[in-house]
Amino acid sequence: MSRSSEVARPSDHIESDSIDAADPVGPRLGPIGWLRFAWRQLTNMRTALFLLLLLAIAAVPGSLVPQRSSDPNGVAQYRIDHPDLYPIVDKLQGFDVYTSIWFSAIYLLLFLSLIGCVLPRTLHHWRALRARPPRTPARLTRLDAVETRMVDGSAEDALLRAEALLRRGRYRLERYGPSISAERGYLRETGNLVFHASLVGILIAVALGGSFGYSGQKIVVEGEPFVNYVAGYDSFTRGRLVADTSLDPYRISLDKLDVVYEEENANAVGQAIDYTASVTVQQPGGGPSTPATIKVNSPLDVDGTNVYLLGNGYAPRITVRNADGAVAFAGAVPFLPQDQNLTSVGVVKVPDGLASQVGLIGFLYPTPAKLSTGALTSAFPGLQDPVLALNVFTGDLGLDKGVPVSVYTLDTASLTQLAGRPTDVPAVQVAVGQTVELPNGLGTITLDGVSRYASLEIHHDPTQGWVLAFAILVLAGLLTSLFVPRRRMWVKVHEDGDGRLRVEYAGLARGDDPGLAVAVRELADEHSGGAASAQIRASRTT
Amino acid sequence: MTSTLDGFSALLLYSAMGVYAIAFIAFTLDLARRSAAVTAVAESGAERIARARATGGYAGSARGSTAVLDQAPAVTAPRPRESVSLRVGVTLAILGWALHLGATVLRGIAAGRVPWANMYEFCMTGTLLIMGVFLLLLTRRDLRFLGAIITGLVVLMLGVATLGFRVSVVPLPPALQSYWLVIHVLVAILGTSFFTVGFALSVVQLVQARRENGATGGLRLPASVPGSVALENSAYRVIIVGFIFWTFTLIAGAIWAEHAWGRYWGWDTKEVWTFIIWTIYAGYIHARATRGWRGSRSAWLAIVGYSAVLFNFGIVNVFFKGLHAYSGL
Repeated sequence: MSRSSEVARPSDHIESDSIDAADPVGPRLGPIGWLRFAWRQLTNMRTALFLLLLLAIAAVPGSLVPQRSSDPNGVAQYRIDHPDLYPIVDKLQGFDVYTSIWFSAIYLLLFLSLIGCVLPRTLHHWRALRARPPRTPARLTRLDAVETRMVDGSAEDALLRAEALLRRGRYRLERYGPSISAERGYLRETGNLVFHASLVGILIAVALGGSFGYSGQKIVVEGEPFVNYVAGYDSFTRGRLVADTSLDPYRISLDKLDVVYEEENANAVGQAIDYTASVTVQQPGGGPSTPATIKVNSPLDVDGTNVYLLGNGYAPRITVRNADGAVAFAGAVPFLPQDQNLTSVGVVKVPDGLASQVGLIGFLYPTPAKLSTGALTSAFPGLQDPVLALNVFTGDLGLDKGVPVSVYTLDTASLTQLAGRPTDVPAVQVAVGQTVELPNGLGTITLDGVSRYASLEIHHDPTQGWVLAFAILVLAGLLTSLFVPRRRMWVKVHEDGDGRLRVEYAGLARGDDPGLAVAVRELADEHSGGAASAQIRASRTT
Repeated sequence: MTSTLDGFSALLLYSAMGVYAIAFIAFTLDLARRSAAVTAVAESGAERIARARATGGYAGSARGSTAVLDQAPAVTAPRPRESVSLRVGVTLAILGWALHLGATVLRGIAAGRVPWANMYEFCMTGTLLIMGVFLLLLTRRDLRFLGAIITGLVVLMLGVATLGFRVSVVPLPPALQSYWLVIHVLVAILGTSFFTVGFALSVVQLVQARRENGATGGLRLPASVPGSVALENSAYRVIIVGFIFWTFTLIAGAIWAEHAWGRYWGWDTKEVWTFIIWTIYAGYIHARATRGWRGSRSAWLAIVGYSAVLFNFGIVNVFFKGLHAYSGL
């Protein structure tokens, strides 16, 4: 793209070395002069190219170091693996590359440079669209693509036929004496401007989407509901302009999560091949409830938000009773999958109702199998006589200090272990429907069943339609700006006095135009109507 | 049944690799023989194209479907001495491509889906399209001097794929069960194919520019290879087609990501590298309009861009953590 210093040039005009090869010693610049100088530098083509390539380089670190936005666990792991490097990388915003000051600076400068180029060019293009094709040059033979033919008939007749031909080729025409000046391909520059303006459009739409959008995750166990309000999420991120009341409080109940595993292909036994979540959606204000399904590649649209099925796992339904038989804990506890066969780990905390606080670390084996060491493992991700093995701890669970604690971890440092390795007491094993005694007469635990849970992500982005529209414009602009040839064409009739007319046809490419010579020749052939040339054309096109 | 078909597919692929390897030798022999016989009656690229056109080498080409391509004047030139090994190379390349096509189609039938759902299949279809684009361009212009580079690259890639990436047919994970798999990945492969031809042209352009600048020694090219400016123009035209496919890949990928992962752009490692490649090639296109960047510098940009393409496929897929981890390895 050419720059403001030579806006009269087409997009892919090649700058010549002579334009400012010898920089004169400039006058002293005032503040406005300096501003203008800086603007000229910024909107310079070389600066733009430099910024573009710099942007490519600046994007690289974000793929080498885990990013908070896409891989928060990776960042936590990096902190453990590289304790020395972590603070340095963090200081350099290496975990937030794409929102960092330096990355933002590069793309904002690039876009500023782009705007500084597009605006004057739009103005120039607007004028060009309304201008007449330029005067015919005095000596057409100096141009790159020239043809000469001898034609019979009157000069006026020849000019009229040439005009008709050029008009058919969608040229804009102007008669200058015994010559015609024609130009076509204004769409090329239009496409170019649309392409660049749409890139700016995408940037603005993305920025607005970030301010007005929100997304959140929620783990929902089969049979349980989820309500769309801020506190209803396990984790929630939102743009600056999203108020608590912006969320539409609909309710989604997960009725059932069906998972199909491959069982026939020996190379892929146990691989999940389908997830289908059957849900019931209840609109706010007591509206009707409607059944719906969510699958991995087909999210559910509810009131302008999209609901995605992003994960799944098992949630054993557990009841803990004290020695007297009173219920101390009851509920479905989501367990986190650890491997392909969904061996899952979870934590049950029972702060009240037993003789002392009890914490349980459970291992769920959906299809249990014994390793040669005697330890349990899971042989298949589906449920076939699942077994839950529990390590039992007692002591202060640390829940009364008011500090938020993850429900998926149990800090065992200050607890006493009663059962499970490495103690001599074996882990408490319980199958579905069984009730088993806890050690030390604490009470009993019952595995009532195993439910599935779905990890749902709810996403609201009011501008993503705009982003798509601009992206399509980018593509359309690109296609026209690269493939529509922009060219000028001249036809000049000379009456040499021997009764015949000598007609010159000349073309000038404005930008990359590999077909120019052919176009001039075809015009000349068609206009002069030579039988021989017509034959050549016919043989070439068949 | 599945494994039998897959076995046939592998067999065909090995045969194709063998045939390509012989084609590579033939193309290389041609280059070596002709560069040894560089004489004063050197023929320019335009003359060569014109000759090929006049002798019917361009008949029946469908003009204008992608780029507006050059058509030199139809000059009658003396019928040249055609190199035998060059014709052998082209014939073998076509034969190898037929075998390759068979291998890919059989793999698709064996899997019951499009044959580009893991790295092995991506390589297989990708190299098929690289050869396909090369052979297609041959019907429009004489790029046979690229035969050695293209067949060499394809044999190398297929070797890596069969040794390193080969996996048995397994069903598609739910995340890949989408029609976007057909569109997004196919267009990505097409873009890659055009970038490959552009890369080969840029390499030859650099070698040619060195010779034109009077450098002696190093690689010597036959005199029939076009001049560096003509090569640059060809590379540019091929790469802008690749760039448009790549832009479409980005957009289609974003739409699919929105369907599957709940956001259209999340700076996943693969997204980052697709973006980097897009930016480098955008730089390449702008470089032609920038003083001091035309010529060898922009050729280097094309080569850097293609290195990023290879990196994105070979390194990012295998060693980087990310959502696009469907290599099947």
